[in-house]
Amino acid sequence: MSSELRASGATRAFIAALAASVLYCASAAAVAAPPAGTELAVEQVLRRGNGAEAQTLDPHKAEGVPSSHVMRDLFEGLTSEAPNGDIVPGVAESWVLSEDGTVYTFRLRRDAKWSNGDPVTAHDFVFGLRRSVAPDTGSKYSQILAPILNAEAVISGAKPPEALGVRALDDHTLEITLNAPTPYLLGLLNHSSTYPLHAASVREHGERFSRPGNLVSNGAYKLKDWVVQSNIEVERNPHYWNNANTTIDRVIFYPIEDQSTELKRYRAGELDWTDELPNNQFGWIRENLGDALVISPWIGTYYYGFNLTRPPFKDNPKLRRALSMAIDREILTGKVTQFGEIPAYGWVPPGISHYESCTLDYGGWPREKRLAEARRLYQEAGYSKANPLVTEIRYNTQENHKKIAIAVAAMWKQNLGVRASLLNEEWKVFLENRKQKQVTQVFRAGWIGDYNDPYTFAELMLSNHGLNDPGYRNPEYDALLEQAARTVDKAQRMKLLHEAECMMLDDHPTAPIYFYVTKRMIRPTLGGYESNIMDHHYSKNFYMLAR
Amino acid sequence: MLSYIIKRFIGAWPTLLILITLAFFMMRAAPGGPFDTEKTLPPEIQANLDRKYHLDEPLYQQYLRYLGDLLQGDFGPSFQYKDYTVNELIATGFPVSLRLGASAILIAFVVGGAIGTFAALRQNSATDYSVMAAAMTGISIPNFVMAPLLILVFAVYLKWLPAGGWQDGAFRNTVLPIIALSLPQIAYISRLMRGSMIEVLRSNYIRTARAKGLPQRTVLLRHALRPALLPVISFLGPATAAVITGSVVIEQIFGIPGLGRYFVQGALNRDYTLVMGVVVFYGILIIVFNFLVDLVYALLDPKIRY
Repeated sequence: MSSELRASGATRAFIAALAASVLYCASAAAVAAPPAGTELAVEQVLRRGNGAEAQTLDPHKAEGVPSSHVMRDLFEGLTSEAPNGDIVPGVAESWVLSEDGTVYTFRLRRDAKWSNGDPVTAHDFVFGLRRSVAPDTGSKYSQILAPILNAEAVISGAKPPEALGVRALDDHTLEITLNAPTPYLLGLLNHSSTYPLHAASVREHGERFSRPGNLVSNGAYKLKDWVVQSNIEVERNPHYWNNANTTIDRVIFYPIEDQSTELKRYRAGELDWTDELPNNQFGWIRENLGDALVISPWIGTYYYGFNLTRPPFKDNPKLRRALSMAIDREILTGKVTQFGEIPAYGWVPPGISHYESCTLDYGGWPREKRLAEARRLYQEAGYSKANPLVTEIRYNTQENHKKIAIAVAAMWKQNLGVRASLLNEEWKVFLENRKQKQVTQVFRAGWIGDYNDPYTFAELMLSNHGLNDPGYRNPEYDALLEQAARTVDKAQRMKLLHEAECMMLDDHPTAPIYFYVTKRMIRPTLGGYESNIMDHHYSKNFYMLAR
Repeated sequence: MLSYIIKRFIGAWPTLLILITLAFFMMRAAPGGPFDTEKTLPPEIQANLDRKYHLDEPLYQQYLRYLGDLLQGDFGPSFQYKDYTVNELIATGFPVSLRLGASAILIAFVVGGAIGTFAALRQNSATDYSVMAAAMTGISIPNFVMAPLLILVFAVYLKWLPAGGWQDGAFRNTVLPIIALSLPQIAYISRLMRGSMIEVLRSNYIRTARAKGLPQRTVLLRHALRPALLPVISFLGPATAAVITGSVVIEQIFGIPGLGRYFVQGALNRDYTLVMGVVVFYGILIIVFNFLVDLVYALLDPKIRY
């Protein structure tokens, strides 16, 4: 074992304390049960608007937010989340980390059961994890498991799934071996790509194992019905280990993409929860339905990217900084999006546990100072009124993106004299062009984090990352991230990530615009709802109050 | 007659083949593929998926493979809804769309015909003008404006009917969507019917019937109705097409699990098999329906003989 990976005495003590504190949290963060004395509704049914139709209920193939909402109710991973977003034990009731930080040993609950009564064993997790990385499965999220030993080799097909660093020591003990210490691993273990599967029913039903009637799940609910384009209904799983604390009996998810329609159905009393809200009705909603309006920060950043591989933005940091400074973010969030989005002067959204996000220096400047500096930089970059910058803003077809693009183009024109044309494209075409980097100049982008750690944003700017649409290539940045990945000390790791974020922001491969918020109607009779930055909610924590 | 039927039957196949070929190659011509999403796949997994769905084969080979599957009645798996095959999606979606569409056409036919006749009999009176003006409004207001208005009035304010959802085809859930679908068609048919009825009522044989002393009702129903219906029947072809395409909007707004949405969603998602399946299915439907309309012609008008 190399000397870098041997933890010092202090760090060992730290890790032991960490494990102990986790066990303490386990007992303290019990599932939220309704407070004594609350009058509950007779019928405990929750009706949720769920956005687009879920593509699949196979946890290892699922992608997209709508299916993740349903899966969270159907399945449970090794860890779970408390209503406020903290990591708590899931199927694993406790765990121990080895001295060098690379081997986790999980002890599984003995009373954890599948919806058909079979016990949940460590073998189910081994089966699930191997299937998740197997190339045949075609999972889009197998990269989440990259920290596990040999995961990348299995994903690329170089090694068989059996080589993955997970093994069942016995029916209730699971051992996971990592490539290097991974402080954020526990947060990954409640992602759907790490869920266990009931091997027998997968083998019996093959591709159809995720259908109603076939699907065996280990979460608080089981699948009752799925009418494509109409609804997905889940009902209580009586075998769930914590079923005694589950109040809601049934949850019905309605795929409603049109936000206006969703709001009408809420108003008609058919929904208790909307996934989103129509942007142009904010004022009315706030006035008339204010007690049901819930707005909270979400782990996502909306930004404009610059294509760094072509002129005019190649090798021109001054121009990029000038354009970013010339955007009036307060006006965009106050007048265009209007729902309380947070103006963004950074990359990683605020609110991630234990992390201090970086902020661009001009975030606090008065407007005049900011614009004056922007004009100065614009001139230094070689542009002026006689020689204005001519560029294009590309976005995917959507009302909101159009409004923001119009506003930004107007701001650039007014403040700098830039001549920006607007170009909207259909989603798939837009994605293709953005990835190819052949024709893009300024493009709209947004990213919602996959897990509660700054790395889910930091990695996007790695030189070889598939989502690095600006084409940012900074070896120093890559080195910092690599160093952070090998740092066991949590605080030190966060510092390194912070440093990297600041470095990247100053180079301006992007102009951040705003941080996302979730905005929805939550009927006041729904109890137990708590906003959290990941927007992960478990129906087992809710209860319907009597009207 | 029999030879006519055989001729039409034989002629349908080349039509269908051209439709399939055009749709197939046009779909593939659009940039972007079914597995392109924001999150990129590792190249090995992308290659795996392409191999599994035969997307790595040359295009003409995929085309022939698709035709072969079609002949066996297999529309293939859906790329977007990974747990379902296209056959299953069409099998569950079609009865829903059929129920909505057929009801809408039937209502449009009966109500529109009645209104048109009513107006024709009171030609150039105040009643006539107001009824036709109402019809004009019905034609001008698009589906996606009318439907939310109906929801607002009847579901949100009056709370008489549900705002959406299908509930396995409960009657209450079908009322608003069918009304929204049929209103534009009622408007068209009533205007058509009025015009054609006025013309028929002027003809010599109607004058003869009246001169013979037949009651108004007999004149209308026995002598005038059938010839007056001819233009309306020929409109039914485009009307059905309109209802089918209109159902995309209506199904979206009311949250109804019909076929219409698969059309648009499938194209946007580049779900090749789903779009092809719906296109082929609708193609067959329209060919069959047009054929039936032509047969009804022959029933209505003794002058038409095949």
